[in-house]
Amino acid sequence: MTRRPSVGWHVATVVESSPETPSARRLVLDVPTWPGNGAGAHLDVRLTAPDGYQATRSYSVASSGPATRVVLAVDAVPDGEISPFLVNEVRAGDQIELHGPLGRYFLWPPGDGDPDSDTGVPVQLVAGGSGVVPLYAIAARHAEVGGGELRLAYSVRTPADAFFAPELTALVGAGRLRLDWVYTRATPAGWSRDAGRVTRALLQENTIPATHRPTVYCCGPTPFVEAVAGWLLELGHAPERILTERFGGS
Amino acid sequence: MSFVTRGFSGRRREPDADLPPGQTLVDDWPVLSAGVTPLVDTADWDFTITTETATHRWSWDELQELGVEDVVVDIHCVTHWSKLRMPWRGIPLDVLFEDVETEQDYVMAHSVGGYTTNVPLDELLDGRAWVAIEAEGEPLTPEHGGPARLLVPHLYFWKSAKWVRGLTMMDSDEPGFWESAGYHLHGDPWKEERYW
Repeated sequence: MTRRPSVGWHVATVVESSPETPSARRLVLDVPTWPGNGAGAHLDVRLTAPDGYQATRSYSVASSGPATRVVLAVDAVPDGEISPFLVNEVRAGDQIELHGPLGRYFLWPPGDGDPDSDTGVPVQLVAGGSGVVPLYAIAARHAEVGGGELRLAYSVRTPADAFFAPELTALVGAGRLRLDWVYTRATPAGWSRDAGRVTRALLQENTIPATHRPTVYCCGPTPFVEAVAGWLLELGHAPERILTERFGGS
Repeated sequence: MSFVTRGFSGRRREPDADLPPGQTLVDDWPVLSAGVTPLVDTADWDFTITTETATHRWSWDELQELGVEDVVVDIHCVTHWSKLRMPWRGIPLDVLFEDVETEQDYVMAHSVGGYTTNVPLDELLDGRAWVAIEAEGEPLTPEHGGPARLLVPHLYFWKSAKWVRGLTMMDSDEPGFWESAGYHLHGDPWKEERYW
């Protein structure tokens, strides 16, 4: 309880906006008053128009730790109000407001991100599309802190749609992460499997077995998370070891 | 000096007086849950109210026999979406509490899967809360909390516990699942009681 950073509104200045995928951008924000955040946390972004109109949406944070640099990766939702603005309009020097950090549930290390908690428990991450953002934060943190087995199953449409691809590849290269890709629309040349959606069999083949009792973090669009979480139960994972974060709608 | 984000105008809708501050209207119905979606069979399901002296219990069929009410309510999720004028069907908690005697003022709702959320008793009475079994003309689907969820539309929607199984009376306002994880103990959308 005592370690919990205070939650409040913060003014963030965009330091850098760079392409993440054909439809997404990575935003690096400077937030001098940011109290730091655990790996897997989210925040609210609030935009204000000159006439006072405001709109707010929640985004996962790709960075973690005490830094006042906060990294987001935002996918433009077709017909969205906030995400296309963040992706297409925002540039270095612009200011937005943030509220957070939020979410003390979907965090690693487990138990409110408590650094003294048991980090040796195997961790299985399962990501669909931009749902990898908080899971990348967890993977990077895990690589830094050290811990038990860490594995990520990442479902993307095509290789170009992968978020944090160089960073994830580097974690794999450093021996910190086992990464299993699932391509749903198009695969890299010479890939051993045809493109196709995640199935129960594919999930089983590409994740830590239930007998190792991993904590599973699953984040993605609602239908993806519903399907994956259901299969995880069928594969013998205990419901209390499956943490989910869903997005969808607007 | 008020804060403005350069270049942002937003997509306005007609202002709606029923929309609390910081909320955006949605036409679909997003799903938010912290864990897996449990599949609950109504044959094995019952609903309990546990007080300092007794446990009151209703089977699925007994609950329906108490009288299902049609209501139209607005729902507001703390993640900033709202749905207005949504038709629901459910059993009013006023009816369930008719024969319940308790001196305790606070309630913890319990769900299949272990989810909990706290609500003061007086906010569950006077036609303000239901055990809901249908929404938009259909039985509640599992991802939306079916077969039964609590419906407390005047508070943020995490208070409307999915897969609800029972209510336990408490002496004091103890935090439930999200309330222990940084969300507001009360959760009034008109006061933006989102986090603490």
